[in-house]
Amino acid sequence: MLQLSRFAKISLVGIVLFVLTFMYTPLLVVVLNSFNQAQISSWPIETYSLTWWEFAATYQPIQAALLNSVVVATCAMLIALLLGTMVAFALKGFDFFGRGTINLLVVLPIALPGVVTGVAFSNTYNAFLSPLGVDLGYFGMIVAHATFCIVMVFNNVYARLKRMNPSLQEASADLGAGLWQTFRLVTFPQFRTAFIAGALLAFALSFDEVVVTIFTAPPGVDTLPLWILKEMARPNQGSVVNVVATTVILLSLIPVYASQRLTRAQENGG
Amino acid sequence: MSTIKNYKATRPVSSYLIKHSRVRLVGLLALPILWIVGVYILSLFLLLITAFWFVDPFTSLVRPGFTLESFNLLFTTPAYIATSIRTLFIAICVTIICILFAVPLGIYMAKVASSRVRNLLAVAITLPLWAGYLVKLIAMRLVFSEQGFFNWALAPIGIKGPGFSVPIVILTLTYLWFPYMALPVFTAIRQIPSNLFDASSDLGAKGFMTIYRIVLPLIVPAIIAGSVFTFSLSLGDYLAARFTGGKTQMIGSIIASNINLNPPIAAAFSMVPISFVVIYLVVARRTGSLERM
Repeated sequence: MLQLSRFAKISLVGIVLFVLTFMYTPLLVVVLNSFNQAQISSWPIETYSLTWWEFAATYQPIQAALLNSVVVATCAMLIALLLGTMVAFALKGFDFFGRGTINLLVVLPIALPGVVTGVAFSNTYNAFLSPLGVDLGYFGMIVAHATFCIVMVFNNVYARLKRMNPSLQEASADLGAGLWQTFRLVTFPQFRTAFIAGALLAFALSFDEVVVTIFTAPPGVDTLPLWILKEMARPNQGSVVNVVATTVILLSLIPVYASQRLTRAQENGG
Repeated sequence: MSTIKNYKATRPVSSYLIKHSRVRLVGLLALPILWIVGVYILSLFLLLITAFWFVDPFTSLVRPGFTLESFNLLFTTPAYIATSIRTLFIAICVTIICILFAVPLGIYMAKVASSRVRNLLAVAITLPLWAGYLVKLIAMRLVFSEQGFFNWALAPIGIKGPGFSVPIVILTLTYLWFPYMALPVFTAIRQIPSNLFDASSDLGAKGFMTIYRIVLPLIVPAIIAGSVFTFSLSLGDYLAARFTGGKTQMIGSIIASNINLNPPIAAAFSMVPISFVVIYLVVARRTGSLERM
């Protein structure tokens, strides 16, 4: 075991507490500010009220933006599930020249800054496709999102495939099952949890994405982050944003809980 | 013999694919590669081409052509050079701060805390990852604004925050990307076998010596993996600078503000973070760190 002096242990605890304070105080300030009656947030809060929660609950632009976010994230997730799983199977099952390059290609859209990805897509759409008469519109935003979501599915599925026993697939083929049947009945159940975890991550990544969306969203269409961004740029309506932000924090508990459950299922051999 | 014939007859596609693994590989890769190369890499390539085009001074439309003017501006305009250096400085600071806090946190979680506390801390560090990028920007704005939480909390001891400026941008980016460093570092420290520590202390090393000589060398790949995120995400960010940096400009700010006015400049400037990140990724791949991402 690591032997540490009393002083060292106390300093470690101090650092841990400092990090936790640093990570959670700002989030707490947002949550408390959502109950701030004032138009412009400031600290300390003078009057607590539910005014802005009531306002946000029926505010149409928020609902429209939320719907857009869900649609885009769902479509991007489905595309990423298909493509990410295919790449994972290709890299797992075959050793070929250019394997490392493909791995890098999949990581690239998330490793390159969002502004570069966004500007690249926007440049292609506006400077090259538009003159040709092609207007991708809404679908252009989905294409961009799907591109950087692939890596999430790939990483999860690939990590699981590497740990799987290939003899089960061989046994299935020996018993007369076709490739699809083997995939459906033998392979898929073994990486199902990783598949779901990848889907969850892809959805969350797309749902949260701002910068690429700024450059690829068609005019007049807001996703939830775009709506928040526009409100942040306006000085006067700070408090509605805090309500939406608090809701996002609360919603984020769902994937965390789900991923905990998935890990547990995984440990139990699911 | 007859059963095999029968099998072949019922599953012609599967038996063909099982025999021809190349076909299977191509079938699996065609669509994803078409997507990533045909959509993404092509877009990056078109962006590179745009960097050599120019803006017609009369119509202010982009004209195809070949000029190095945009790259020339990039390397000769003092404001652009200053912004590149500032951005690099910010990204390096963020990465260093993340490492400085991730290592002790990881050591505590992996080797000191009880398993209950360890699991709680693991959740506590993962949770903010999901909380939303803009939510965290809003949070930092509320904390560090003039009438914000920070100034209020530290007023009794006479400390006043610096206001929205470069230090707050560094802090905000650290806040955004810290979990990306903390998680791989923690995982790497957890994987260090305990008997290494026993051996180290048997040989007379004190705690800090063990951390310096045993733990640090073993977690370098994890630190590089984490820094790919902290570094490249900070390098390309511009919203943190816009909302918590006052007048601070970063590379991303220039790209974003030029994409409609002067696309060739924006395109040329995009090559700066692209080259930084690609160099970083290639180095990271050499050290095997990408496997840990």
